[in-house]
Amino acid sequence: MGDNLRGKSAIVGVGHAGFGEAHGQTAYEIMAQSSLTALADAGLKLSDVDGLFCTMMEDSMPVVMAAEYLGITPRYIDGTMSGGSSFVNYLTSATMALEMGLCDVALICYGSNQRSASGKLVTASKLPPYEGLYSPRYPISGYALAAARHMHEYGTTRENLADVAVAARAWASHNPEAFMRDPLTREDVLASRMVSDPLTKLDCCLVTDGGGAIVLVRADRAKDFPNAPVYVLGSAAESSHRQISQMKDYTTTAARESGKRAFEIAGVTPKDIDVVELYDAFTINTVLFLEDLGFCQKGEGGAFVSDGNIAPGGGLAVNTNGGGLSCVHPGMYGIFTVIEAARQIRGDAPGIQLDGVELAVAHGNGGVLSSQVTAILGGASTV
Amino acid sequence: MGNPLGPDATFRDGLSKGQINLQQCGNCDQFIFFPRINCPHCGGTSLTWHPASGKGEVHTATTVRRRAEKGGDYNVSMIELAEGVRMMSRVDGIAPLDVKIGLAITAFAGEIDGIPAVLCKPAEG
Ligand SMILES: [Zn+2]
Repeated sequence: MGDNLRGKSAIVGVGHAGFGEAHGQTAYEIMAQSSLTALADAGLKLSDVDGLFCTMMEDSMPVVMAAEYLGITPRYIDGTMSGGSSFVNYLTSATMALEMGLCDVALICYGSNQRSASGKLVTASKLPPYEGLYSPRYPISGYALAAARHMHEYGTTRENLADVAVAARAWASHNPEAFMRDPLTREDVLASRMVSDPLTKLDCCLVTDGGGAIVLVRADRAKDFPNAPVYVLGSAAESSHRQISQMKDYTTTAARESGKRAFEIAGVTPKDIDVVELYDAFTINTVLFLEDLGFCQKGEGGAFVSDGNIAPGGGLAVNTNGGGLSCVHPGMYGIFTVIEAARQIRGDAPGIQLDGVELAVAHGNGGVLSSQVTAILGGASTV
Repeated sequence: MGNPLGPDATFRDGLSKGQINLQQCGNCDQFIFFPRINCPHCGGTSLTWHPASGKGEVHTATTVRRRAEKGGDYNVSMIELAEGVRMMSRVDGIAPLDVKIGLAITAFAGEIDGIPAVLCKPAEG
């Protein structure tokens, strides 16, 4: 069940561009700059790319637009749009395409000018047909409904959620690439403007510009590049609903299934993991995903994230770049979970570099807890 | 005779006439929402329409904060009807922050900005 893909591909280049505010730049410019940076990191050039994996917040055919922009004619493309999880999902399709010889150099890329284009941005996303009339604030109200239920069933508190934001900021404060680096306290989060109960403005991810890119090749040639390869040990997806009203259990996400399968394919368990990079669109995400991926029991996520346990020096290193809450969140954050995980394994993380990272989780989320994709990445000792 | 209405139009047509109708699967007997041509539980395609009881409770809820001059705060709830289906709705006739999980509600066919919609009020008694 996918385990014959274990370790078959490796990340040999990562790049990003336009973090924070990229005034005067288009989304495709930011995507392209990210791609050029990642290719330079890998010692490759645009003409080497024959597999392209991309989606954007605009256009109906973003992967085709991206190929045109980059001036390449890829022989394999994937533009599957599952929201922010798309870019973790592309690790699976890129690995398959590489392994089957459908391409030799896979480029996963993304860019957005969501912050500086604010007000002009037209998203492809329509309001769901059986929800739009009630004017939920999209997407925060969907996450608020899940958070309220988690609090009801398990006694999770606003203080617990606030501590997720505080931990993210603590990591970000050491990361020169992070957009928000000022000190943040639990009290700051609790006193922040309520947006959709129980979530405040500071329970929400940032709105920034930015882009990212990843270059993958088959594992058998991964050692021929300048950087230490980061192997894709396992990746798996599960899609459970699109509209929040169709979510069966508001306290359990499809990450339980995607995580279980990704760990099985990789042949490791949560206990083996050195660092966890999660899509933290809202503070409740971190709680839900740590539970569903098996880092703590269901219902215990609130206590697990509290009192510095996922902050620098805590029991588990989570979102070491500062995450979507404090580092960068240009419309979709998923690709940055992979980039930060890869850099931690390579040993060149921009903020706090942990010692001896060999195994990392990158977890993407799309929609309103709708699409979950988990990837396990590993260093040289894991293959 | 034209083509019969699809499930979506049938539901909205009922709502515009003051009725909340739900589909029930002839294969697994479960009620479903939103309206479909296939049962999402078992894949069955023999779905029949029945008037909803209107009885239910709030499964989870949020208060969307909005400036007073734009109309003030409002409730968005996920309601679970006695038939076992959940849908998004709004509970009226009670302050948004008082809409708690477990609150017993009565669902009714109302409208929002002139468009037929399932709305709720706290159950009496
Ligand atoms: Zn059925």
